[in-house]
Parts: sequence; C-alpha cells; structure tokens
Amino acid sequence: MNKPLLRLNNVSMSYDNRLVVKDVNFELNEGDYLCAVGENGSGKSTLIKGILGLEPVRSGRIELLNGLKRNEIGYLPQQTQVQRDFPACVCEIVISGCLGQSGFFKPFYSTSDKSKMLESLRMLGIEHLRKKSYRELSGGQQQRVLLARAVCSARRLLLLDEPVTGLDPIVSNEMYGLIKELNEKHGMTVIMVSHDIRSALCNANKILHLDAGVEFFGTCSAYLGSDAGRRFFGGGENV
Amino acid sequence: MFEILSGLLSYDFIRRSLLVGSLVSLCAALLGVTLVLKRYSMIGDGLSHVGFGALCISLAMNVSPLTVSVPIVIIAAFFLLRISENSKIKGDAAIALISSTSIALGVIITSLTNGLNTDVSSYLFGSVLAVDKNDVFLSVVLSVTVIIIYIIFYNKIFAVTFDESFAKATGTKTGIFNTLIALLTAVIIVVGMRIMGALLVSSLIIFPALTSMRVFKSFKSVVISSSVISLVCFFLGIAASFIIETPAGASVVIVNAAMFLLFTAAGLILKSGFNKAK
Repeated sequence: MNKPLLRLNNVSMSYDNRLVVKDVNFELNEGDYLCAVGENGSGKSTLIKGILGLEPVRSGRIELLNGLKRNEIGYLPQQTQVQRDFPACVCEIVISGCLGQSGFFKPFYSTSDKSKMLESLRMLGIEHLRKKSYRELSGGQQQRVLLARAVCSARRLLLLDEPVTGLDPIVSNEMYGLIKELNEKHGMTVIMVSHDIRSALCNANKILHLDAGVEFFGTCSAYLGSDAGRRFFGGGENV
Repeated sequence: MFEILSGLLSYDFIRRSLLVGSLVSLCAALLGVTLVLKRYSMIGDGLSHVGFGALCISLAMNVSPLTVSVPIVIIAAFFLLRISENSKIKGDAAIALISSTSIALGVIITSLTNGLNTDVSSYLFGSVLAVDKNDVFLSVVLSVTVIIIYIIFYNKIFAVTFDESFAKATGTKTGIFNTLIALLTAVIIVVGMRIMGALLVSSLIIFPALTSMRVFKSFKSVVISSSVISLVCFFLGIAASFIIETPAGASVVIVNAAMFLLFTAAGLILKSGFNKAK
C-alpha cells in the first residue's frame, strides 16, 4: 500500500512576479490524507495548481510516481461566481468529470462513463439529486456535486481546494466525513487545502504547513509538538 | 396566415434572407449560451463593430464583403479573447475602445471613397435585401460548419463553460476551445451582420440564451430551447417587418425583447408556483 505517489523536489512557483512557493520538498504515499495549512497567501492554492499543471513551476520538479497519470487526478476547485447560477443538471456536471479520460475527438459519453457517474453519485449519497438543477441546490449539495465530479475523474489522487468554504458547521462535518470515507474505504489519496486546522488534525494523517516555504511536514501528532504547530494554534490550549 | 407566408416566400430576396438568417440565428443561439455564461457577451458586441469597419473596407476596395470581413473579424476575435483573459487590462474597457475605433475607421473610409449613403445605413441597421446570391452559398457553408463543430465538441464546450480550471486540470485543452468559440462567433457575426446590421447583430447571440435561462434549468434544455426561441423570433421578426414594413433587423430584436419579457414572467410564475407547492 505505502508506495510513493507524488514527489516534489525543490519546487518554487511565482504569482504576479512574486515568489509564493519556495523550495517545497515532500513525498506523498498512496493512501495518505495530507492537509495543507497556512495563512492566506501562503501559497497553498498555488501549490495545488502547480501539481495539477494549471500554473507553471518556476524551478524544481513535480514527479508523479508509480504509474500515476495526469488524468487519474481529481480536482475540487474553489467555486466561482459564474457557477452558482449556472443552468445545468447534476448529471451533466458530474459526468463532465469523465472527459479527461477520453480523447480529443470523442463527441459522446460511453456507457462506462455513465455507470461511473452513477457510482460516484452513489458514493456521495446524492443519487436522488440526479435530475435536479445545480443552481437550486444548497451550498453543501453543490459542493457534494463538485466532489462527485472530482471522484468521477479521479482514480487515485484527489486534490481539494478549500472544500468547506462557506458551509455551515454541520454540513462541513458531513463533507469531512465523506472525504474521510473516500480516503479510507475507497483508497483514494487526498490532498486538501484548508483553513480549518482543527478538523484537519482530526481527519488527515499528514500535515503540510506552508508559509511560502515548508514550515512543517509530517504526521499530525508530530505537528502538535512542533514550533510551527504551536504558533499556528496559539499555544494549542484550545484543541 | 397562409397568405402571409406564401406572400413572404414569393420574393426571391426574402427566401434568401430567411435561409441565411435562420441558420445564423440557430448558430448564434448555440454560441450565445456559452458566451453569456462565460461573461463573454461583450466580445460579440465588439466583434460586430469590427465587422462594420471590415465591411466598409470591403466596400471601398470593391470586393465581396464576406471574403474581407471574415478574416479581419477572426483576427479581432483572437485579440479580444486574449484581452478578456488577461485580467491586468480591463477587458470591457478595451473592447469598448476597439469597437468605437472600428466604427470610426469604417465611417472615415466610406466618406473618403463612396460618401456616406444608404449602404452605410444598411450596414449599421441591416437589410433583408443585403443577402445577394453569391453570399448565400458561403453563408450556408459557414453556418453548417459551425453547427457541426458545435455538436462534435458539445460535451467539451459544456465542461469549459462550466468550470475552466477543472477542465484544464483534468486534461481538456481549454485554450483551444476558447479560441474555437471566439472564431465561430466571429464567423456568425459577419454572416449575420448583413441582415441584422452591425449595431443589432449581437442581440441574436445574447437574447435567446438569456431568454431560455429564465425558464429552463439544464444545460441541454437551455441550448435546445434557445435555438428554438431564436428561430421563432427570427421568423416572427421578418414576417412583422414584411407586414408592417419595419426594418428587418430591428423587428427581430424587438420580437426577441418581447420574448425575453414573456419568459421572465413565466419564470417568475413557475418559481412562485414551485414555492407554494413546497
């Protein structure tokens, strides 16, 4: 199980000519659940985009190991304003996750794409919303739909960018539960960017604390004892 | 009703306009859904103004309008798309600059060569008489190409419209599709401009998509219904212009506007009915 899946070697990235990710090194194993924490502008989202190939890497290397292919990675981006009132039904959105695996010239979805869509709807418990319109769903349901789309495109690795932003605590916990389930039951490797350090510690098995460079990388319990962890927590007394 | 229809179809030029116009309306509605949802509506408007400039150039050079305008507007589409994607330059302001510059150039070129005459007015506001026999073939070929390309790439166009960064992250070449959409829009604007006029043609792109979004809720139903709405509005507009002798392009726009109000009302009624049922 514990084969390495992703390795970053001295990765640096800039945004608007400003260095936001500096010399990041870490290695991720299959089945890991990594939570990237850090303050606003610490380069978490940029790093995720670098791994996905959305933003160029200035120096260093991002290696996909053990036969992991680009199109086996699922991605849950931060929601954009355009999407909130987009006229589309849940089916249409989730199945669009399958497009990555098909070639340039493939006009229609196959039956295996459709069964994959149904499977990921079932995994996230939103089968009943299949025919609903996206813009009529609640924030939590919308986020589940986008997660289902990510699952549809992901075989092995899921990258989640702030998956609980704007959700109330109850719905947030449901989301964390779902992600945990994908990780444990379905063997999906997860990288999640989050502001919510407490639930990150409850769920993830590894923590990456960024402040342009890596402040800390390691297991959750080691993080609590580290300087970076204590500082971010304000002493850690209210865990 | 039948008499009006046969009256309409008895004129050669109206038959040509109806053929080209309905194909253009169909294509414009298809592309419009994506353009409106991606907040690119202004590109359509900008391109139509560039198209006016190009038409004036072709008139001054005394060559077939389509052969000059299509390449010029395609190049403009390419640049407008780059401008809109680049957040550092204010996209809408840049488009407004390009629009007014093109119109100004067009007017100057025309007044220096042929003088401002009825031709210019027909370019600005459209004319059913404008589609001549040579244009018909090229217009039909271009429109049918747009429709075929749209159907082949329908799923990818949906993905790129809904969430560009996801599509890109999972391996869809989003740049190609953005460019493709801009190019197809350029072609449709040039073809539709003769009937609708440079100032009015962008309504063909924007109105049907917005109208159908008032009521329909899935992407596929929005695409299909906006095509139907666009065709119906075009026919009603041309028929109205024939009966009460109003300008064709303007009549089509007014029918579209009426349809938009109708659908807005229908959308509100459906929504309140839905809430009561809950």
